[in-house]
Amino acid sequence: MTELTCIVCPRGCRLKVDTENGYRVTGHSCEKGEAYGKNELLNPTRVVTSTVKITGAMHRRIPVKTNGAIPKKLIFEAMKLLDGIELKAPVKLGDIVVKDILGTGIDFVASRDML
Amino acid sequence: MYDLIVIGGGPAGLAAACEAYEQGLKNILIIERDRELGGILNQCIHNGFGLHYFKEELTGPEYAGRFIKMLNDTSVEVKLDTMVLDITKNREVHAVNTSDGYQILKTRSVILAMGCRERTRGAISIPGDRPSGVFTAGAAQRYMNIEGYMVGRRVVILGSGDIGLIMARRMTLEGAEVLACVELNPYSSGLNRNIVQCLGDYNIPLYLSHTITKIEGSGRVERVVVSRVDDSTKKPIPGTEISFDCDTVLLSVGLIPENELTKNAGIAIDPRTNGAIVYENMETSLPGVFACGNVVHVHDLVDYVTEESKRAGRAAAAFAKGLSQTDEKVLAMKTGNAVTYTVPQKLRPMRIEKLADIFFRVNRVFGEASILVFDGDGKQIAKFKRDYLVPGEMEHIVLPRKLLDTAGGDSLTVSIEEVQA
Repeated sequence: MTELTCIVCPRGCRLKVDTENGYRVTGHSCEKGEAYGKNELLNPTRVVTSTVKITGAMHRRIPVKTNGAIPKKLIFEAMKLLDGIELKAPVKLGDIVVKDILGTGIDFVASRDML
Repeated sequence: MYDLIVIGGGPAGLAAACEAYEQGLKNILIIERDRELGGILNQCIHNGFGLHYFKEELTGPEYAGRFIKMLNDTSVEVKLDTMVLDITKNREVHAVNTSDGYQILKTRSVILAMGCRERTRGAISIPGDRPSGVFTAGAAQRYMNIEGYMVGRRVVILGSGDIGLIMARRMTLEGAEVLACVELNPYSSGLNRNIVQCLGDYNIPLYLSHTITKIEGSGRVERVVVSRVDDSTKKPIPGTEISFDCDTVLLSVGLIPENELTKNAGIAIDPRTNGAIVYENMETSLPGVFACGNVVHVHDLVDYVTEESKRAGRAAAAFAKGLSQTDEKVLAMKTGNAVTYTVPQKLRPMRIEKLADIFFRVNRVFGEASILVFDGDGKQIAKFKRDYLVPGEMEHIVLPRKLLDTAGGDSLTVSIEEVQA
């Protein structure tokens, strides 16, 4: 039995995952929490957010995020892909910054407009 | 003459202005001191916003972007780079910027949405040297996420507020080493999910019941000394010192509603929240002046700021349209056992359509507990069960209008009762 704090929403449910019986989850209050409990032990994933350089805009950095969760163990490698990237304004919300991060099928996208 | 002037273009001001426009007000002005709308959300590049309001997980800039887009479809006027200097009792707004100069703007109603600012080193009196490298967590967040500067390489964070936790992860991802997060209380003031995904994911130790007792360094921070504190006196215990070699200290030790304008206008302030005393519709003690968001009380979630601000927007619209009401009854909200404050602080049952939302915080961690509401005669009129209550999470109860109409006396008291195991 492994105990976890759910991070799907700010409520932070205390989950119990029965690792010996097919990763059965208890203590959750929604379906997403149940899925999180199982996934967190089998293949933990996270959405990663950061910034990259931009020129010709009102700021020097533009925020980016992964458009889906990537495996936790790839986070630092994924961050390296952002080094040296320099975008030119205008950039629109959702524009792809890095396509298919490390073969995950997930992209880094801009998380705001910067015109 | 404006129908409404909103002071502050962050999440509170944006939601209030959009809602007032929806309610039919035409001449609305937002005054914002920064170069763009969105407020603090622009530097909160992490995700986790909007789960309640939009039912999806957004980053801060995305959440702000949705409201800015809504606002662009309205005729609401925006003045950026503009500082409000004063609000008078007859609702004149004095503002200044480099293109219009000094202006006195007249309006039927005002919404205060100035947000809050961070407590600094001065507010908590940490002994030691005065080197560079000591930042509030939010200032460091702005330097990193907006201006593009890395603020340090070896970091100790004092306080476990959400911004500090978020910055622990952010700095780690950018290659810094975060040595410790140090919290005075025996519990974290941040959200559980942030402890897990910002500290836990990166093996950053959280020292509960500890504080920084010395900062050392000439020029730049070189070392901090951390000591355990006694949980009842909060005094450092000699002999428990741990020393960390670091170049940066981030402070995440609380937020203070920014109410200079409010106080100058003679509006009544609640010393428990450091924000204006508000009625059920977010009206302050000065008729026609409303307040919402972190300028009233510090919220954990922007989603709740949005809801509260829409309430203020609706009420300001009704006031500007001249829909005034006389009130037969005003109930003062009082804080009972373990409750540190309530918002609103006053209820006018006549103005509540069906349900009154009451927000509050508790002063310690509870397991299974009941939230009790007593009327002015001391009679218990409502009871709400909770599996747990923690200071880091704002609590919320809903009281039906009927209950308020029949409540005895002229006050309501919110109190916590622990369920004995």
